[in-house]
Amino acid sequence: MASSINQNAYSSALPNFRNLGILLRILLVVNLAAIAAAIMESKGPNDFWPRLLDVSVVVQPLLMLSVLALVLLNDLLKHLPYYLGAVAVLVLELVLATLLYVYGRPLLPVEGTWLERYWLLTFLVTLMLLLYFDLRGRALSPAISEARLQALQARIRPHFLFNSINAVLSLIRQDPKRAEGALEDMADLFRVVMADNRELTLLVREVALCREYLGLEQLRLGERLRVEWHVDKMPGDARIPPLVLQPLLENAVYHGIEPRTEPGVISINIYLAREQVHAVLRNPYEREGNHHAGNKMALANIRERLQLHFDAEASLTTKVSDGAYQVHITMPYVKDRQ
Amino acid sequence: MTGSGERPLRIVIVDDEAPARSRMRDLLADCAACLPLTIEGEVDSGRAVLALLAARAADVVLLDIRMPEMDGIEVAQHLQKLDNPPAVVFTTAYDAYAIRAFEVHAVDYLLKPIRAGRLREALSRVRSAARPGPEVLRELQPKPRAFLSAQERGKIHLIPVGEILYLKAELKYVTVRDARREFLVDESLTRLEHEYAERFVRVHRNCLVARHAIRGFERAAGDSGEGNWLVVVNGCDEKIPVSRRQQHIVREFGKDR
Repeated sequence: MASSINQNAYSSALPNFRNLGILLRILLVVNLAAIAAAIMESKGPNDFWPRLLDVSVVVQPLLMLSVLALVLLNDLLKHLPYYLGAVAVLVLELVLATLLYVYGRPLLPVEGTWLERYWLLTFLVTLMLLLYFDLRGRALSPAISEARLQALQARIRPHFLFNSINAVLSLIRQDPKRAEGALEDMADLFRVVMADNRELTLLVREVALCREYLGLEQLRLGERLRVEWHVDKMPGDARIPPLVLQPLLENAVYHGIEPRTEPGVISINIYLAREQVHAVLRNPYEREGNHHAGNKMALANIRERLQLHFDAEASLTTKVSDGAYQVHITMPYVKDRQ
Repeated sequence: MTGSGERPLRIVIVDDEAPARSRMRDLLADCAACLPLTIEGEVDSGRAVLALLAARAADVVLLDIRMPEMDGIEVAQHLQKLDNPPAVVFTTAYDAYAIRAFEVHAVDYLLKPIRAGRLREALSRVRSAARPGPEVLRELQPKPRAFLSAQERGKIHLIPVGEILYLKAELKYVTVRDARREFLVDESLTRLEHEYAERFVRVHRNCLVARHAIRGFERAAGDSGEGNWLVVVNGCDEKIPVSRRQQHIVREFGKDR
């Protein structure tokens, strides 16, 4: 089965016919089809309304009957496998159309129609609706957004990995204790990077990770890297998407500190204001150095993950001012697992 | 291997990160057992290695690529101006573009973390290996250089490109003028025009002027018969004639302001 190969694969299902939104969509689509049919039939602009009336006389009773039947049979249909359910809906519609033709015709002022025509039109419109609901289900499926989240997982720059390994290697002979500490930090960092990062994490944890990361960078950059933390007023229990801050610090080091000969300061300011968590990161920035695609990708990645988790409630803005580059993230203050 | 009677290989380490230099020292110590070598120096920037090599000679420079101010590939280009340029072995942790270029041009490089065996191999063939020429080095780094270099009495003088006012072609050389003085560099004006298309504008067949240094234009007093506009350059008294063919830049300059 497909589902055993890829656990994120979307499995088709009939829509919930008791959902008002679904019913409204059915009414809308069928009526649009009726209007289209009336346009096709009419011989001139003045002929349209009489034609629509003719079509409606047949379509509306069938539509009402169908909706009623689907609402009643919803639970039954739900238990069928998708393809059987879809076939059942098609058969149901054909049966309803036949019943209407046989019993309704004497009561309704329609002349000269044939049963096969009812069948074909009913079949086509029903099939169209089924396909539409299937596509819509796929587009909205949480599996899809989860897959997107997974694909969006932050990645550490290989540049950082190999340089850090090199720095640790240099410590092994001279300062084995520090080498041990550095390897432990690296292990922590990679544990988080490689973890399944679809759930929110605690802000304190992300900050601890950032400290470990900056410790590793300090190892190789030494005096050139200075870090200022302003996190006394940070709401540590806030839940945030994992790896939202660390990649930004990686950018700050790569674009702000490494290209400089003089020491530079990275400042991290996290605080709570009006039930919103604010994180402001600043690093030195020289306009001369062209801005790289890598930076934009990391920003786009974080922006998209913020949006997937918090929708419009979160934002990420950047600005360049007097030799500094600043990223400002705003997130809702979420305390518990949602 | 070359003859065993040969003097030890003189090596200079260039890396902006202290741990990387110390690791390289350890590795060289390991290599010393089977390959006679001495460490002539250990510096943290391209500027420092150029200064060091003005004072003493070296056979090999182990050169990190990603460094502030001036990257390793640019340093290698300036090193070539020395009377006895040393061989260069590039070191890098990760640089997808450069590595591909090295492979293409068979330039020797070491990937960090470096293995002692790999380092020994690179060092033992350094004396016989062909050196990459200036064209190859330019291809390794498509970014414009941050400095031009002039050789003066065995020393390499670095001129920051941002400080150059104009470049003038004279016979074999190009004269580089900054706010203080002039230098002669061994370059071609056409190539420089290409490399710094955004920074310099050609005002004359033999002259490129830095856009930021143009204060304005004025009419030439006497009619020399060639052009009738002169470029007034910030920070120097000399005025440079604009050739007839380049008259359009006078109008364009006005528009940019």
